[in-house]
Amino acid sequence: MLAWTIYISFLGALALFLLPARRAAWARIVALLTTLVTFAIALKAFIDHRTGEMLPVVHIPWVPSLGITFTLKADGISLTLLLLTGVIGVCGVLFSWNIEERIKEFFGFYLLLIGAVYGVFLSYDLFLLFVFYEIVVIPKYFLIAIWGSTRREYAAMKLVLYSFIGSAMVLIGLIAAYVVAGSKSMSLGDLAGYPFPAHFQMWAFPLVFAGFGILAGLWPFHTWAPTGHVAAPTATSMLLAGVVMKLGAYGCLRVAMTLFPLGMSSWGFHVLGFGSWRDVFAVLGVVGILYGALVALVQKDFKFVIGYSSISHMGFILLGLMTLNQIGISGAVVQMVSHGLLAGLLFAVVGRMVYARTHTRDLAALSPMHLNKVIPFAAVTFVIAGMASMGLPGFSGFVAELMIVIGVWHSYPSLIVFVGIGLIAGVAYIWRAMQQAFFTGSNTEPLQPAHPLPPITFPERLGAAILIAASVVVGTFPQLFLNVIHPALDSPLFQGLRKGGW
Amino acid sequence: MNVINFGQLLGLAWPEIIVTVTALLVVAADLLFFRRSSIRARFAGSVAIALVGCAAAIFKLVTSPVQPTTLHGVFGATPLIHLLQVAVLALTIITLLLAVNSTFTEHVSEFVLLILLATVGMMFLVGSQDLLVLFISLELLSLSLYILAGLDKRSPRSSEAALKYFLFGGMSAAFMLYGFSLLYGFSNSTNLADLATAIQGHPLSPILIIAIVTTVVGFGFKIAAAPFHFWAPDVYQGAPIPSAAFIASGSKVASFFIFFQLMVLGFAGAEGSATWSHFQSGWVPVLVVVAIVSMVLGNLVAIVQSSLRRLLAYSAVAHAGYMLLAFVTHTQQSLAALLYYIATYSLATLGVFGVLAVTESHIGNDRIEDLAGLSRRAPFLSICLGVFLLSLAGIPPLSGFFAKFLLFTSVLAASSGSKLLLWLVILAIAMSAVSLFYYLRVLKKVYVSAPASEARPIPSPILSRVVVGLLALGVILLGCVPDLILTQILRVIQASGL
Repeated sequence: MLAWTIYISFLGALALFLLPARRAAWARIVALLTTLVTFAIALKAFIDHRTGEMLPVVHIPWVPSLGITFTLKADGISLTLLLLTGVIGVCGVLFSWNIEERIKEFFGFYLLLIGAVYGVFLSYDLFLLFVFYEIVVIPKYFLIAIWGSTRREYAAMKLVLYSFIGSAMVLIGLIAAYVVAGSKSMSLGDLAGYPFPAHFQMWAFPLVFAGFGILAGLWPFHTWAPTGHVAAPTATSMLLAGVVMKLGAYGCLRVAMTLFPLGMSSWGFHVLGFGSWRDVFAVLGVVGILYGALVALVQKDFKFVIGYSSISHMGFILLGLMTLNQIGISGAVVQMVSHGLLAGLLFAVVGRMVYARTHTRDLAALSPMHLNKVIPFAAVTFVIAGMASMGLPGFSGFVAELMIVIGVWHSYPSLIVFVGIGLIAGVAYIWRAMQQAFFTGSNTEPLQPAHPLPPITFPERLGAAILIAASVVVGTFPQLFLNVIHPALDSPLFQGLRKGGW
Repeated sequence: MNVINFGQLLGLAWPEIIVTVTALLVVAADLLFFRRSSIRARFAGSVAIALVGCAAAIFKLVTSPVQPTTLHGVFGATPLIHLLQVAVLALTIITLLLAVNSTFTEHVSEFVLLILLATVGMMFLVGSQDLLVLFISLELLSLSLYILAGLDKRSPRSSEAALKYFLFGGMSAAFMLYGFSLLYGFSNSTNLADLATAIQGHPLSPILIIAIVTTVVGFGFKIAAAPFHFWAPDVYQGAPIPSAAFIASGSKVASFFIFFQLMVLGFAGAEGSATWSHFQSGWVPVLVVVAIVSMVLGNLVAIVQSSLRRLLAYSAVAHAGYMLLAFVTHTQQSLAALLYYIATYSLATLGVFGVLAVTESHIGNDRIEDLAGLSRRAPFLSICLGVFLLSLAGIPPLSGFFAKFLLFTSVLAASSGSKLLLWLVILAIAMSAVSLFYYLRVLKKVYVSAPASEARPIPSPILSRVVVGLLALGVILLGCVPDLILTQILRVIQASGL
């Protein structure tokens, strides 16, 4: 049943491309129905499957001569992320209700992207995973280059080349692993169980981890992310920050770390204080947290603030993965969900509610507009989303970051200070953006915008409500997710990782 | 002295004879019946006859019995060679179908005749096991292609392309023949198997090294590998579309295959090794150098092209570089990968030329700039063009990706921990990341840019649409279900024992 999330999305995309031109307005309905159905399927699977262990979905031989199969499986981690994809998918359609230009193609590419994302989260065969991972690249390009804003063609090309270079690195690692293991199977389980020589893992691990990391906003390969997010249309920003960056993090955990656990063990010597690739990536994660937060603090463009905040939050995920203890890694998974929801919401406020109405994202230009009076709903939503993003208890961000910080406390106590600074800077940049965009200039005469701003529409309210509710659910009942994530981490797939140190 | 049994020769060469007779029939029919008809009707009539002939040849090939080698090892008729001949005929059929709507020449029957003669050349070429026959069939192919490139007499570009192609081709043929004469002097035979026996077990003599280098130069020209590619951009750009498509697809398939055969069968024992720790001269190091130069130069120069046809030419150089990696390991697996690669590459290239045939007849040139907004002027063709170009760039699930995957795994699998091959594969993958940039540049024009204000929808003939659509379907299908032809290729290679 779960496999239908992929098929339905692709069928929806096909239906949109075949839709007659005079019925173009139906595209929204088709897209909404498609995403709703896939969300329902993901939700049902999540509710039905409470043990979190590996759930076989489909298994068909594909290229028998090479041992490649069409295998889809889901465990607690993938189910959690599938659910996130479902939520973001629906909300993305809601927030793109105002798209008028080439609407069929827009939603067609959108559904193609969603289907491929479902595919990556479900794939158990690494060849299949890579195929879906690469399919993601092309719709992204067109979504940004055609419907984007600010320097869209440059940003789209940059994003695509970064992703493609990342996947080239992953491909080298996967082919090498496949060949070293005897060219018999591409199944994740088989390869993760194969004892690769330690010196092989030592170069394959950083290659594949960094390859996936590029898509997860790993500093210093993050520069595609802010420009890409800013140029993208709202729904695409939401998808990019919400789920596509998670693909990278998921790949790091699911492929790089399970296949090459020994790659994280000690080198046996120290260079500049680093004793292993694990140290290197942990520090890069922390640098990402600090760098993203501090750069977000000085941005003039509202959307760049959110763009850099994504880098900062993705740094938490990478750091959480590198703690190599259960609480840290589960924290990272929860943070994937949390950041997916909140980044989606923040981009929706900035891109759809503010920019689509005011046609500017310059904080200095926004402040005299008294947006808190003109579009109070946007202001309230941003305040809530901002609080959640800072890590206010009760929202998802708090739980996730708390778990990661505890994990870091066990593994890298010396880094905790920097993480703390990052958290404080996180409060600061949200506060600054919130104040400048919505709440300044109370003494001056309100500057009338050139044209009256259209009121917030129902789809926007609905989308915002869904995302906030989801964040509250994750924040108040994290057990709901941890109950499926923990058994997944205890499964044989992660055995090598557990032996490797936690 | 062996006596050649002409009855046996006749039995063996039936498919080629069928194609030759068809070629003559086409000319006769055109002279006798179509003289006064419009060019379009003449094209349709000639192509129809040619198609029947090709189909008959394919039928004959599929049903004819398999013999390992015949005529004292001059020709092979293994299942592998039959498969290659069928592939060549299939590509000829597609090329002819793409040519039906063209108007570039009044010499319709001559055009079809030349295409068919070139096809006969290719069919003999893939079957030849003897240096002399190899050279003669290669010349039959090349001479036909030179004329095909210059067939558009109204266009100075076409004549220039033909002249360049001819001069470079003549020179490389001279190189190759010189090499072959040295080989004959060395081994006292023109047979590939005898040649290998003569080479086996001896250290490399300088004569052999010269022969290897000149052979690589000669074939490097045919397959457009750098630095022997200088004819390619001009021919791709100047030649009439069906000729260019034929040069880029069918002739590449045949040349790559016979190059592989010659190297692996003829020069067995002179492979050498290009690993740093134990370098050994032979033909592998030579090909490694050619492969690296082709991959780097082809991809980097393609970035700055403003004409789609020239871009295709440089990307062909790059693809030749990837395919040469299969030569470096020369296992059964890598031969399978090479054949899969060249087949899918030919489909995609033919497809791009098919799209260009329609757009050029309306836009008047092949500048990438002028393709702006094509997705709104010709939506179906644009989708197909996207499929072809993304397949060339190696984006899954299209066949170009699977071909690359197969090729790289086969190269790594044969390497047993060799650092050099790993670096070659890394270079190839990195370069295909570069290639995505220029393919996307074309697609950006097609999908993202707005069409010029006076631009109208481009009508496309129904036949072009069907052919291009089928090609796109083929590219998608072979990527999604590679087993369709992969098992066939593997089985045939095993049966032929290469």
